[in-house]
Amino acid sequence: MKLLLLGATSPIARLLAMRFAAEGSSVYLAARDAGEAARIASDMSIRTGAVVLSGTFDAVDFASHASLVARAADELGGLDGVVLCFGTLGDEDAAQIDPDAALATIHQNFTGAVSILTLAARRLEEQKRGFMIVIGSVAGERGRARNYVYGAAKGGLHTFAQGLRGRMARAGVHVMTVKLGTVDTRMTWGREGTLLTVSPERAANAIYAAYQRKAEVVYVPWFWRPIMGIVKLIPERIFKRTSF
Amino acid sequence: MRHSVTAIAAEPGFGPRFFLLALFAMSCEATARIPGASVPARAKRAMLSGWGRYPALECDLYRPEKLAELAATVTNNSTSIIARGAGRAYGDAAVNAGNRVIEVTRLGRMLSFDPDSAILRAEAGVTLDEIIEVFLPRGYFPPVVPGTRYVTLGGSIAADIHGKSHHRDSSLARHIVSFDLMLASGEIRRCSREDNAELFRASVGAMGLTGVILEAKLRLRRVESAWLEGELIRAENLDAALEAFERTDREYANSVAWIDCASSRGALGRSILNVANFAPRDSLPPALRQQPFELAPKFRPAVPIDLPGFALGPLTVRAFNGVYYAMHRESAGHRRFDYQSFFFPLDSIHDWNRIYGKRGFVQYQCVWPEAQSRAGLIEILEAISQSRRGSFLTVLKKFGAQDGMLSFPMPGYTLALDFPVAGGLMEFLDRLDAMVLARGGRVYLAKDARMRPETFRAMYPNLDQWQQVKASADPNNRFSSSLARRLGMLPA
Repeated sequence: MKLLLLGATSPIARLLAMRFAAEGSSVYLAARDAGEAARIASDMSIRTGAVVLSGTFDAVDFASHASLVARAADELGGLDGVVLCFGTLGDEDAAQIDPDAALATIHQNFTGAVSILTLAARRLEEQKRGFMIVIGSVAGERGRARNYVYGAAKGGLHTFAQGLRGRMARAGVHVMTVKLGTVDTRMTWGREGTLLTVSPERAANAIYAAYQRKAEVVYVPWFWRPIMGIVKLIPERIFKRTSF
Repeated sequence: MRHSVTAIAAEPGFGPRFFLLALFAMSCEATARIPGASVPARAKRAMLSGWGRYPALECDLYRPEKLAELAATVTNNSTSIIARGAGRAYGDAAVNAGNRVIEVTRLGRMLSFDPDSAILRAEAGVTLDEIIEVFLPRGYFPPVVPGTRYVTLGGSIAADIHGKSHHRDSSLARHIVSFDLMLASGEIRRCSREDNAELFRASVGAMGLTGVILEAKLRLRRVESAWLEGELIRAENLDAALEAFERTDREYANSVAWIDCASSRGALGRSILNVANFAPRDSLPPALRQQPFELAPKFRPAVPIDLPGFALGPLTVRAFNGVYYAMHRESAGHRRFDYQSFFFPLDSIHDWNRIYGKRGFVQYQCVWPEAQSRAGLIEILEAISQSRRGSFLTVLKKFGAQDGMLSFPMPGYTLALDFPVAGGLMEFLDRLDAMVLARGGRVYLAKDARMRPETFRAMYPNLDQWQQVKASADPNNRFSSSLARRLGMLPA
């Protein structure tokens, strides 16, 4: 299989890609920090023996997206799957008062994803096969006072992926949405309330298992589904006062 | 971020507003990160300790996930820094109370491998466990392994680890082709025996005090199987054990003895020796020859809780040691060992350090020059026997040639002991220090949590020379640790 990973330098992306590579897939690692992507590519190729390529990708450099998809498919010799892993919490405090900071968060998490997914979807739809994995966040399930800009971007991403799933189903392309809980990466490092945090290994394995059973929408780890089920039931009048 | 600025600005519809947005993003980066890192490095206030769980001290712990983040964490601060790997040094070597600790476990990528020269280039955070997992099935093994496979490459170089083959292979430094060392300025020096040779010799064994090792080139060993063949030798007392080491050290590349430290008088130092070489494929029985690198998967139990303090009291330790010796009484002779149980017996129990309970334990490893070894061993074993402080696991090993300014080994015998932290222990260990020092021996920094500075100075005669190199590579002593301050290692 030939796979394009977008935002490949996160620990979850790296470990997820490793699972695919270990099964014999060829992988193209696209990331903003090309040097890091190249290091990860060497590592994966030494460990698994798979063909692992890498290149630059910037989610907010929309103009470069078309050529990236083409280049990855060209170098891989085809494209069977696209995994969208990028996302950043950004500066939450600034995003609340500064529209430019808020928009930066929206672009890095949502607009950039819309751009690249639209291009990738076109290609997969034409060839009438393939799959997409879109990694979102439980933060996109309900707006919270603390990180609603990030949450809004992820919520938008979920809705976008949902619609894309319906459209792509007609072309035989599977789209899976992952709603990620807190994972032990630099996004959560040094923050409080990490009781439910899981290792990136566990998260990557759960995503891979969900991919194998062709899940539509999966919470990673699984316990976020009941948690968010309850959180979504809390009346707004009460929720707005909570410290979630 | 930089190149995307122009790209966005050039996009129709994205006017000055987006340009400002991008500028804002860049200005954020100027504070605590460097280009490429999208989130500012954040510290976690954590109580850190070594594998012995003593002492535990509060540090600002960083765990960069990109090289750029690591560089930013090294250069952008005024406090002192120490790198930390898997946290398997026993004491306070990778602890920096009130200051920065940079854990490199997320930077463990393998960068290149040349099957002909067997040279692996990898980042500091890669563990020997990972190297074995990837390369043993291809017929390669780390040239030197300590008693656990869960150490990082960077930590191994910093401690200049030794293994059961030291009498043959020396320490890890001999097998390191080069490493890249990041200095406090962010400048990276490639150190080898040819380039920056002084810094190379001053960094191996110096517990991270010259800088942060980013990556290294390591020459692996070719092996034909995951098995070792050799002998299990029962020695009735210390002299028999030493004689067995001398008799077998030409024939066998790996040797180690477990000593029953509860024994006394005529049986003082009675031990079980394991000596072995990696088995050539042809010597294996046909069933193993088919897949010479396959071991049956082993159950790996864990210690789920901190055991109460009395669990490893003198009586249990005595009983354990006696039973262990009795178990092997009848099994002496030719033996085939799988590499896992030969090199890493304790790794088969996950979190074994918890058996000592919350107060933790102290490892004590010392070495004597060859001519003083026998007398030194008798002296210490008698002191332990009289003190009734049982060491759960006591290991004896012969060392060979050694290089490196602060590296621990020297030609002679080394003894490793562990003691649960209890009243009077520190005074007792001070007594052992005095005995070791009087015979020209020394104590291993990677295991130390309690030595006195004057003892350390006397034990490491190259300290002055080392401090000169340290002063020129790190003039402001930006690299420091709780161990360094406790032992007065830093130049004035």
